[in-house]
Amino acid sequence: MTEYSVIGKQVHKVDGPAKVTGSAKYTFDIELPNMLYGKILRSPYSHARIVNIDTSEAEKLIGVKAIVTGKDTLGIKHGVWRRFPELCDEEILCREKVRYIGDPVAAVAAIDEDTAEEALDLIEVEYELLPAVFNPLEGMKEDAPQLHEGVERNINVTRHIEWGDADEDFEKCDFIREEQFYSSPQAHVCMETHGAVADFGHDGKLTVYTSTQSNYYIQVLVANMLGLREGDVRVIKPPSGGAFGSKFELDSAQFCASLLSQKLRQPVKIILNREEEFTATKRKTPMYYYVKVGAKKDGTLMAKEVRVITEGGAYTAMGATALTLTGFYSSLPYRWHSYRYDGVRVYTNTAPASALRGFGAPQAYFTGESIIDMLAEDMNMDPLELRRQNAVTPNYEVPGQAFIQSCGLSECYDTIEKYIKERGKLPPNHGIGIGNYGFMSGGIFNWFNTPYAFSAAIVKINIDGKVDLFTGACDVGQGSDTALSMICAEELGVHLDDIRIHADDTDLGPPDLGAWGSRQTLMSGNAVKMAAADAKRQLIEFAYAKLSPNVVYDMDIKDHQIYIVDRPERKASYFDIVKEVIRAREGQVIIGRGHYTPHRKGMVSPAWGFGVQAVEVEVDPETGKYKLLEIVTAHDCGQVINPVAVLGQVEGATMMAAGGAFCEDQPADNGRILNPSIADYKIIRSLDMPKTVGIEVDTYEPEGPFGAKEAGEGLTSPTGGAIANAIYNAVGARIKELPITPEKVLKAIKEKEQQQEQKEE
Amino acid sequence: MSEELRLTVNGQPYQIYVKPKTLLVEVLRKHLGLTGTKRSCDSGSCGACTVVLNGMAVKSCSILALQADGAEVITIEGLANGDKLHPLQRAFLDYGAYQCGFCTAGMLASAKAFLDENPNPTEQQIRECIDGNICRCTGYNSIIRAITAVVNGDYKEEK
Repeated sequence: MTEYSVIGKQVHKVDGPAKVTGSAKYTFDIELPNMLYGKILRSPYSHARIVNIDTSEAEKLIGVKAIVTGKDTLGIKHGVWRRFPELCDEEILCREKVRYIGDPVAAVAAIDEDTAEEALDLIEVEYELLPAVFNPLEGMKEDAPQLHEGVERNINVTRHIEWGDADEDFEKCDFIREEQFYSSPQAHVCMETHGAVADFGHDGKLTVYTSTQSNYYIQVLVANMLGLREGDVRVIKPPSGGAFGSKFELDSAQFCASLLSQKLRQPVKIILNREEEFTATKRKTPMYYYVKVGAKKDGTLMAKEVRVITEGGAYTAMGATALTLTGFYSSLPYRWHSYRYDGVRVYTNTAPASALRGFGAPQAYFTGESIIDMLAEDMNMDPLELRRQNAVTPNYEVPGQAFIQSCGLSECYDTIEKYIKERGKLPPNHGIGIGNYGFMSGGIFNWFNTPYAFSAAIVKINIDGKVDLFTGACDVGQGSDTALSMICAEELGVHLDDIRIHADDTDLGPPDLGAWGSRQTLMSGNAVKMAAADAKRQLIEFAYAKLSPNVVYDMDIKDHQIYIVDRPERKASYFDIVKEVIRAREGQVIIGRGHYTPHRKGMVSPAWGFGVQAVEVEVDPETGKYKLLEIVTAHDCGQVINPVAVLGQVEGATMMAAGGAFCEDQPADNGRILNPSIADYKIIRSLDMPKTVGIEVDTYEPEGPFGAKEAGEGLTSPTGGAIANAIYNAVGARIKELPITPEKVLKAIKEKEQQQEQKEE
Repeated sequence: MSEELRLTVNGQPYQIYVKPKTLLVEVLRKHLGLTGTKRSCDSGSCGACTVVLNGMAVKSCSILALQADGAEVITIEGLANGDKLHPLQRAFLDYGAYQCGFCTAGMLASAKAFLDENPNPTEQQIRECIDGNICRCTGYNSIIRAITAVVNGDYKEEK
């Protein structure tokens, strides 16, 4: 293992001091002089035509400064799948039709929030109700109400992935299992709700402060929606109170605040309340899964067929990506001889479904890891052994799709097997279930249609040796500012506190696609490493001339010393060389540039993280209630950059996934979400959270900076299936619909008992 | 009609005038500019607005400011002593017991009030202490480890 000076070491995150002392200023905390407060009026109906909007009474209210409706917009429909104009289908202030409860129809700016709220009540909207459809299986029918003009049977997107001949392979199988599953919706529940402060100046330039996962996306989308040039929109991301996939599309707060500010030339702040957050922002895509798997009796997994119908909600959002990815993830982490996936995303009159940490993976692995256990039982095989025998290996090509270089699954299986053995015989009604996964380190696809590199960075070395690192990467709490600063410091041979990162402002950093798809450590990290290497080369060239070693020697920088690698005693001070280089160049600062876009790395991702997880549960067979007792994870994220942050990602992702399986759900009645508050939306709290153990296995990813790959989302993958398997192993109840509630467990236990009684009779 | 409110926040006495329906969290954030304390749920169920009031952890969104008349309040801004961070703050840094940081003020307030009363709690009691505080990022266990480290005496108060 290479000995590093900075990466892999125990450090405080760079945003830590501000966050533990309360001095970090979030979008929620920003107050600007002369600022107004905005509120958004939303549709109370699932599907309706807007006949008329009368704002006259509201405008008379003292303190109201402006009201905007769809008529005040350019009428542009936006979306993140910009390569496909038909998938840019979302107006933020609806002009003609509303398509879900929560669709925005008007926005008010007033001198305070109470006045803005009061004004909403005075706006009269006349609706003509339309028939609505809430379930994708219904929405696909010929006679279903149509949400978008020209979109027959409400079919929004279809995706197909295939290799080999699955039908032929199923013929050769000794064991075949077919099952249906359902994966429920889940809310992100960011502690900081969506919000923005927009400040449109008299110079015609707009600044938007907002809690986002992608400064760049918001800059492009706001500019487009307001008819501005991208460069006239500056997006600043203050510290963000959580995102989890909910904050990279343009949201109603960002757009309405910007539109109102453009009209008024005053700053406008809009913070969504918790109910809006639950009902009128995006959510995890509910999915109906049909799965068929087949194996030979020697334990070879042969063929898998997957058909998925997703509840898209009213608009495309990033849900089209989730549809694609769930199809690919459903094949992992196994070497299927043949595979066939067909996915359909259907528009429904419900809140738009999009990305939630894992982006299609939790759904794919809940179903995939459940059915592998069922198949293993049919085959009378140990489920871990079946997985190990068929898992992808280093340097494996997923036919025509992806190339996997590093893969630590083998070590992960050994680790989890050892843990299960050591745990020994379990008490009655306890069960351990396992799940495994592979997850991307950033997507290769460019549906957003950016002309820029996916990631870029600039490094500036100043006269005192301090380094400014500019990037468009977004830290939303996961710690990318720290990881990128560590990569920069390591490459340059300086200390972490020599780096000041500027990653929160589109005016400063080069564009980066942002924090989604677990892309920043690898993609932004590569750009940062390249920029730091560029700056370093300039220092080394000068030091080389100064120390004039034999050309067989090369030089490096470590711990502020520029030295000849094979003669480390021959060295110069980093600080001296920086000063001399700047002086020698007529006082120019030292600038390094880097960028990264994956090339020739397949169609999905340039690198893959892996893991195997074991969950122990204890089930009360009388009530169906169960406790999560312990979750042990063996995890391969390549070289660990920041160990404390990686453990935090492992535990945090596991908690979110466990929540989706254990308790989180959004029951609805005719499109109305019934639990839009934290009091009613059950979430994992400290007493529900089991003991967690995270074990990193050592791998090196050639495509990643210093061998690193993703750690942010992958661990949302195995937990749902592992919990389902654990419950089955504890009491024989197989649950195929999330969330796994005590009612479902109890029902399954009773059914099993009845079946046994019938057998005995 | 505004009414007089006297209270001490982070050792600083204040005399201000507030409307009767003003919440304590609004006084802290809007009147005093102490924005370290957050609001998140609008329903008293997430714990992000927790502060220490007369030694107890209370949700500052769920009490009226005038109910805090005469009280001593400690917020996240009052934990450090100049450049000396509170042991809990240092432990939170070392154990990565925050990510987005939006729940951190409430977590620290809950933990401080609890440890001041119960210097030697069990792990189960520590879990109970923060059960009213939602953290959506960490999975809680790093927070439990940080508080446990303070309980174990790994972080002494710096004078």
